[in-house]
Amino acid sequence: MSLILIIEQVLNGLQSGVMLFLMAAGLTLIFGVMGLINLAHGSLYMIGAFAAAAVAGFTGSFALALVGALAAAAAAGAIIEITVIRRLYASDHLDQVLATFALILIFSEGTRWVFGSFPLFLEIPPYLAGPVTLPGGIAYPKYRLALIVAGLAVGALLWFLIERTRMGIRIRAGENDREMIAALGVDISRLYTLVFALGAALAGLAGALVGAIQSVQVGMGEPVLILAFVVIVIGGIGSLKGAFLGALLVGLTDTLGGIFLPELFKLFTDPATAQSAGASLASMSIYILMSLVLIWRPTGLFGAPA
Amino acid sequence: MTEPVLQTIGLTRRFGAMVASDDVSLDLRAGEIHAIIGPNGAGKSTLINQICGELRPDSGAVRIAGQDVTRLDTAARARLGLARTFQISALVMEDTVLQNAMLGALGAGGRPWRFWRPVLADPDLRARAEAALDRVGLLPQRGTRVSDLSHGQRRQLEVAVALTLEPRAFVMDEPMAGLGAEGSKALTGFLDGLREEAPILLVEHDMDAVFALADRISVLVYGRVIASGPVEDIRSNPDVRHAYLGTGS
Amino acid sequence: MIRERHLNIGLLAGLLAVALWAMLADQPFTITLATRAVILALAAAGLNIALGIGGLVSLGHAAFFGLGGYVMGVLAYHAQTYTPLELGPFSIAGTKSMPLIWLAAICVSGLAALVIGLLSLRTSGVYFIMITLAFGQMFYYFAISWSAYGGEDGLSIYVRNGFPGLNTLVPIQFFGICYVILCLVLYLHARLARSPFGLALNAARQAPVRVLTVGLDPTRLKLVAFVLSGAITGLAGALFADLYRFVSPTMFSWQMSGELIVLIILGGVARLCGPVVGAVVFVMLEHLLGGLTDFWHVWLGVILLLIVLFARGGLIGMVSGRAVAHD
Repeated sequence: MSLILIIEQVLNGLQSGVMLFLMAAGLTLIFGVMGLINLAHGSLYMIGAFAAAAVAGFTGSFALALVGALAAAAAAGAIIEITVIRRLYASDHLDQVLATFALILIFSEGTRWVFGSFPLFLEIPPYLAGPVTLPGGIAYPKYRLALIVAGLAVGALLWFLIERTRMGIRIRAGENDREMIAALGVDISRLYTLVFALGAALAGLAGALVGAIQSVQVGMGEPVLILAFVVIVIGGIGSLKGAFLGALLVGLTDTLGGIFLPELFKLFTDPATAQSAGASLASMSIYILMSLVLIWRPTGLFGAPA
Repeated sequence: MTEPVLQTIGLTRRFGAMVASDDVSLDLRAGEIHAIIGPNGAGKSTLINQICGELRPDSGAVRIAGQDVTRLDTAARARLGLARTFQISALVMEDTVLQNAMLGALGAGGRPWRFWRPVLADPDLRARAEAALDRVGLLPQRGTRVSDLSHGQRRQLEVAVALTLEPRAFVMDEPMAGLGAEGSKALTGFLDGLREEAPILLVEHDMDAVFALADRISVLVYGRVIASGPVEDIRSNPDVRHAYLGTGS
Repeated sequence: MIRERHLNIGLLAGLLAVALWAMLADQPFTITLATRAVILALAAAGLNIALGIGGLVSLGHAAFFGLGGYVMGVLAYHAQTYTPLELGPFSIAGTKSMPLIWLAAICVSGLAALVIGLLSLRTSGVYFIMITLAFGQMFYYFAISWSAYGGEDGLSIYVRNGFPGLNTLVPIQFFGICYVILCLVLYLHARLARSPFGLALNAARQAPVRVLTVGLDPTRLKLVAFVLSGAITGLAGALFADLYRFVSPTMFSWQMSGELIVLIILGGVARLCGPVVGAVVFVMLEHLLGGLTDFWHVWLGVILLLIVLFARGGLIGMVSGRAVAHD
């Protein structure tokens, strides 16, 4: 176990954490502002990836593919908000779960209908392909490093949007008091559509970015969605700061656990047992993390106390 | 001197910069009705929530019959004999009147861990529930869903559920709210006879009812008790007239 | 409008009649479909105790369904390979006896429900939904990485497990076993809903503050409901695995959890026979639409969306009206 490997895995963990943050940020914003639990957020992630793959296939441009992903996911988000989601704000969580579950079924099977069951591939653009040498002589894939940078940049942009702009003030006001914001003359239904589309665009962007290192296929969104839920439970619902910290924690735990737990077990038992026991435990590690946070702080690290 | 049934000692609770309860010390003695009055925002609800266990005080203590219950939750305080009625009815809306009263009886008996026999066929629970309904005059409506009851009937049911607990003390949060003259008068008469059974800590805006019922009154303004004593003293207290009744004379 | 009680009796009788007809007409596949519907109804009936009476929107009930399945798979696997099951200091022989397997499935999934419930019930509302979903996913990944019992490929059993005095290989006899268990569980649910526990749990869903002020602990009531619910869904999982003589991680998948809720909603929340209606309709749709198009889930999604947006009482609500009376 070398230091280089450890640094590499930490970077991998950061990369997956930063991408998780893009998912979790949208979810937590939508929940914070509209009080809606959106299971179909994973579908928007998938739509972003498919749109990117399709655009890249037509134009050969990765940058255009990302634009396509953002546009398609935001448009899909706006459409479902206007047709379905806005009828659910006043409903109980059970209705929200069911309706958004129905949307998953429609989106997943609809995508399979259009694109078929075979995975698509999104190529990493040539200028981001290959390794880059980091200080200390560590060779690390350039694209993954770019993901970390891009994720952090989007996070900073989001922070600026929420904390420093007029729209951000309105969004935060909407979190605290719906009636007040309506009284201020803000068109609340337009604000909601906008927030939902923003969350969708973040999910679509994450899908497209990750789509280039994994395959683009139906069902790719839901495992990420559930991880994002774990992130939100850890960070606290409605808190962007919590989502960021939670995402990094989950990303790092998941990545490092998978590598180091089997190694750790090898200190105590024979390699074969250690490999399988370590792998099993690693698959549970983030849920154990979540349980510990729940025992310590039931509403998450940055959630408002009930 | 006998132990007060219910007592608060120096309860203090802040929300940010606002002090919602400021060193509140009160007691409730056997056989009395102790009314708490004060303008809106004086901290009456905050006080009740601390007494009943929904809210923890920053400092101070609550005692039931001499026992410190500050660290106990709402359910534990109810089991020690504290019965609360709510300003905005907190009833099981889809259930019938009888079922709501049965729930009180069930809680008082403390035995919900029975999974087989129908609860309505339990003669003890049923007798207890129906007796309470009968006392507030709701027995004829026992089969009605709470969601179909009138506002006044819901207030009566609130009191009936508290009765099924056969408590040591009642804490009533504006039981007269929205009742109308006729209903207020009837409920006033009923509460008048109830104090012998268990004393009542009464938070109420209806001054006629307060002056008719209370043995003692405490006046809460900005979270502080500015005056406390027998009705006549409070009625003539210039501070109270100034701060609360708003009449300078 | 038809009384819900008559509807329930008619429904269960109809289900039995279909299976008996299929036996006489020598249509074993139809019996298998009916058995599938009965077992799914049983799994959803388990969830209905937590969801319908207790208001607990658990999106992780696949955990219990899968655990029941794996209890059956593991015990039968050790029985057919004549190897003992090593559990640390203990060593247990496998078994092919259904009653023993059921008992083990109920205990294991009930215990898991206790642990998950203790953690999840520290919160409520949307947290509860996300946490149960996450725990379900934990079991899914655990099963995939558990290579001793097939990992991702799952585990096959050569012969269906036995029940004293019956030949479980005959489709109608296995159907009969599942059917009787379903009827017993529905009867249990009906008793439970009217019992002191049911009254308190129902109140804990609607007005937890009220339950506290009469001196009861709503969280403990919900925890007990969750454990009962998980145990029943676990039993259904064991039967489901026995039906196909196969267990795999897909029993733990989040889609399974979602579908269990869908079954309840199709039929109608908190209706005694909601899960039965839901399961029958679901299996019919799966079979009929699935025969017409590979993409039948799209239509399931559309139907579900329409029900959520326009027909809150589910199918039973359409037929028998609003009255979800508890007495």
